[in-house]
Order: sequence, then C-alpha cells, then structure tokens
Amino acid sequence: MAAIPERVHLTMQVNGEAAPVSFAPYKTLLEVLREDLGLTGTKHGCELGECGACTVLVDGQPVLSCLALALECGGRAIETIEGVQRGPELHPLQAAFADCGGSQCGYCTPGVIMTAKALLARNPAPTRDEIREATAGNLCRCTGYQQITEAIESAATLLRAERT
Amino acid sequence: MLRLPWFEYRSPRSVAEAVKILAGEGPQAMLVAGGTDLLPNMKRRHQSPKVLVSLRAVDELRKLNGSYGAGLTLAEVVAHPGTPGALRHAAAQVATAQIRNMGTLGGNLCLDTRCTYYNQTEEWRKAIDYCLKKDGSVCWVATASKRCVAVSSTDTAPALIALDAKVTLVGPGGEREIPVESLYNNDGIDYLSRKPDEVLSAIVIPSSWKSVYWKLRRRGSFDFPLLGVAAALKMDGDVVADARIALGAVASRPFRIEKAGEFLKGKRLTDEVIAEAATLVANRAKPMDNTDMDLYWRKEVADDFAGYALKELRGDDMGAIRLRTARYLPG
Ligand SMILES: Cc1cc2nc3c(=O)[nH]c(=O)nc-3n(C[C@H](O)[C@H](O)[C@H](O)COP(=O)(O)OP(=O)(O)OC[C@H]3O[C@@H](n4cnc5c(N)ncnc54)[C@H](O)[C@@H]3O)c2cc1C
Ligand code: FES
Ligand code: FES
Repeated sequence: MAAIPERVHLTMQVNGEAAPVSFAPYKTLLEVLREDLGLTGTKHGCELGECGACTVLVDGQPVLSCLALALECGGRAIETIEGVQRGPELHPLQAAFADCGGSQCGYCTPGVIMTAKALLARNPAPTRDEIREATAGNLCRCTGYQQITEAIESAATLLRAERT
Repeated sequence: MLRLPWFEYRSPRSVAEAVKILAGEGPQAMLVAGGTDLLPNMKRRHQSPKVLVSLRAVDELRKLNGSYGAGLTLAEVVAHPGTPGALRHAAAQVATAQIRNMGTLGGNLCLDTRCTYYNQTEEWRKAIDYCLKKDGSVCWVATASKRCVAVSSTDTAPALIALDAKVTLVGPGGEREIPVESLYNNDGIDYLSRKPDEVLSAIVIPSSWKSVYWKLRRRGSFDFPLLGVAAALKMDGDVVADARIALGAVASRPFRIEKAGEFLKGKRLTDEVIAEAATLVANRAKPMDNTDMDLYWRKEVADDFAGYALKELRGDDMGAIRLRTARYLPG
C-alpha cells in the first residue's frame, strides 16, 4: 500500500476566485472552508448531515459541506455565504432575512440563504409550499420557519423586480 | 468535533478499475459514492476503511438508458420522467434535498443497517460497552439474541423489490444479475449478499407495473423510514392480474410478502379485499424496538399503510393522508 500523503494540495473555485489550499486528506469541505480558508460564515452544526447549517453550493447545487470530502472539490465552484453580498451592499436575500426577522440567533441563516439562493436561481417565483419543500433540509431552532419562508418570498419579489 | 479517520483515497475511472482495487486491497478497502451514509459512519467509527475507493469519477455508473446507473443521485432519479411511481416516491422521501443531491441510488441500496444502540458516537457506544454489531458482544435490543437485529432502512429497496427490479454486480470473475430481494440477508451485520470485491453497477426495472411507496416517519424530512410499504400491480381491467408488495424498515432486510400478492390476484380492489390484503401484509411486520417512535405504533399502523398504498393504486385520492402522515405529495 502506498503511504498516505500528509497533505493534499488542490485549487477550488471559492466564491469566484481560485483558492489554492493544502490540507490533511481526511478533512471535509466544511473543515477546509473554516479552518484552512478562514471562511467561518459556513456553520458547523451536527457534522452528521442532520441539520443543514453547513449547506454550501457546489457547482450551483446545495450540498452539505460536512459530508463532502474536500479532496473531491478540486476545480469545482464552491459558493459560501461570504460570496453572496454585492460589494458593500447586502444581497436581496440577506436584506429580506434582516427585514422579515428570518434570522434570530443566526446560526442556521448561512445554510438557509445558500439553499434559498439555489432555489431562486432555478425557480424565480416559488410558491410557499415550494419554498418549504426546498428548505426542509435546514433546521432552525429560533424562528419557527414562518419568517424564513416570508423572507425568501420577499427576496424573490425583489429579485424579479431587478430583472425587469 | 467529529473528524474522519485517516484513509488512503483512490479514484478509479471505471468499474473494472474499482473492482481491481477492491480485489487487491481486500476488506480494508470500502467504496464511497455520495458518502452520505459512509462518512457519518466513519465519523462515529462504525467503519474505518484504510482505503476509500471513490466512485465519483466513474462516468459509466451515471448512465440512464434502459437501466439506472448506481451512481445516479437520488435527485436525478426523482427528476427523471420515466422513473416508476414507487421508486420516485421512495427516492423523493429520502433524507433532505441536500442529501438527495449527494446520495446515490447504489449507495441507498447498500445502506448500512441502523439501530439506536449503533448510530451513536464512539464515546456513547463505549459507555455501553459497545454492541453486537460493532466492537461488542451483546445485542442491547434483544439481549438473548445471537443475531444482530439492526434495521434495514433503505427506502428504495422495498420499492425496487415490489417493482421486480434486478441489480447488476460486477466482480473480478465477471458480472451477475440478481433480483433486488436477493441482495439482502436477514442479518444486521452481514446484511448484503454482495461480495466485498463487487461493485453494484446498475438497476434494471421492468416498466409494466403501476406502483406506489408509503413511508412512516416522524418529520416530513430528514428521517429514516420506521416502516416502508411498496406495492406494485398489473391490472386487467379492474381485476388484479399480478401484485407484488414489499416491506422495509421492519427487519434487517427488506422483503416481499408473497401471500398478499397471491391473495390479490384475480380479485377486484374492493374495500374488503384491500383490508384482507393489508392484514396479510401487517402480519409479517415484526419490527424490533430499535428505531424512533413506539414499537406498538409502528406495528399498529402497518395495515393502515398497506391499505393506503392499495387504495392509491385503485385510484383513490390519497393526497390528504399523504400530507398528514409524511408531508409528501407525489408531483
Ligand atoms: C440525516 C440523514 C438522513 C437520511 N435519511 C435517509 C432516509 O430517509 N432513507 C434512506 O434510505 N436513507 C437515508 N439516509 C442515508 C443516505 O443518505 C442515503 O441512503 C443515500 O442514498 C446513500 O447513498 P450514498 O451514495 O451517499 O452512499 P455512500 O455513503 O457513498 O455509501 C453507502 C454504502 O454503500 C456502499 N456503496 C456505495 N455505492 C456502491 C456501489 N455502487 N456498489 C457497492 N457498494 C456501494 C458503500 O461502500 C457504503 O457501504 C440519510 C442520511 C442522513 C445523513
Ligand atoms: S453540520 Fe452539516 S448537516 Fe449539520
Ligand atoms: S435563527 Fe437561530 S437557528 Fe435559525
């Protein structure tokens, strides 16, 4: 058996920029984002796939970074909450979460916003049921979900207005 | 922190190459597809393979033409317009949207069995002196049991059994095709008849069945099945020409209830016929007390769920009950 390499070196596309990174091969994408790239916006919840706090977009799709091997992410496009804002301005989703009370303690928020961003990219006018279905993999212990659904609905309206 | 243990990572490009690595490395190697079952298990030290053989770069496992490649994600299986009812209902109710974007059909079929005394962190398991399934000598669910009673918790397996599907296994000696039901042993530890050096490559599903899958779980997402009922029918007018019913999450393997299928043949789906078939199904549901929810309840609702499945196949609108029991509406 070949010796296990001490470290893996690869380059991921993180929030639109090439991010060369070197890490121990057993690390998850969540661990590499937080510990090696200093991007602590993505939250570390259950580490077992049971909460959705660690949701990021990989090639545009919401996935759980706690269950993704970082060494399988070379060359892939990773989007985290740090990449969402538009320069000094909040993204409409971020603004709507603040305005609607969609974020209380805030721990689930980055994961929910990434999930919602992918939903609105493929469905600009989702119904409430479609929003609930898309975010059913993101647990929130504070809001009771109603404000989250309203925030996503209101952001969808803002984003549609921008397009016209 | 739940860190993964160290492993050597291999990324074959073909099934043949994957089989070669498995055969060469022996039991210290394990396949990983989406990783949504294996990685949590490795974090809890249920499995600590020295070599991880990733199927991610094996493109031939992602084909969808006539047969379903084992490497298709559950989201892809749900989105495919030709996916039969029972398989679509089952795949759509696995875990969460994020996990369905990652987890594969092959990984779902090979899912490790589950138990309240097993799916716990290393520290927790150590505190009870482990259990029969891993590192211990006693089954804490049935202390007199010589056999591990961990539960088969795959949603798609009962659906595929009802659909009379077959899986292809590729090993060093070539390929073999077996019915999905024969992939499983009724043993919580040695739960698959797949040999350690075989790759499950594809699933072939005959298209002639009308089918549904019903799942019992506590929440409308995340939760593993506490009971799964899959039913498939061939109709001749309003008479049942052929019927296959399978149960999941009530034993260490998913299995078919031949008696219920035989009973339905040649009959019209009246309320009485459905009730009697549902009783035949429920008689075979003998779950152990090692998942979420009361054991009593899981047994109590088995005939109801079998009845719901058959009524839906009869054409009744079961939407309200679907929403109430599982917060799921087939699209
Ligand atoms: C929070 C949570 C909830 C879940 N809920 C459900 C649920 O409701 N229902 C359900 O069924 N599952 C559930 N799962 C389990 C899992 O996500 C799914 O079963 C998924 O489909 C597994 O596929 P995978 O590709 O991720 O498997 P992996 O984790 O990659 O592999 C699982 C097992 O299969 C083996 N394997 C994978 N591919 C092959 C192949 N081609 N040939 C041979 N062996 C192979 C692996 O070696 C491993 O032993 C849940 C998981 C989590 C974390
Ligand atoms: S931290 Fe990934 S799902 Fe909870
Ligand atoms: S805002 Fe606190 S968990 Fe959602």
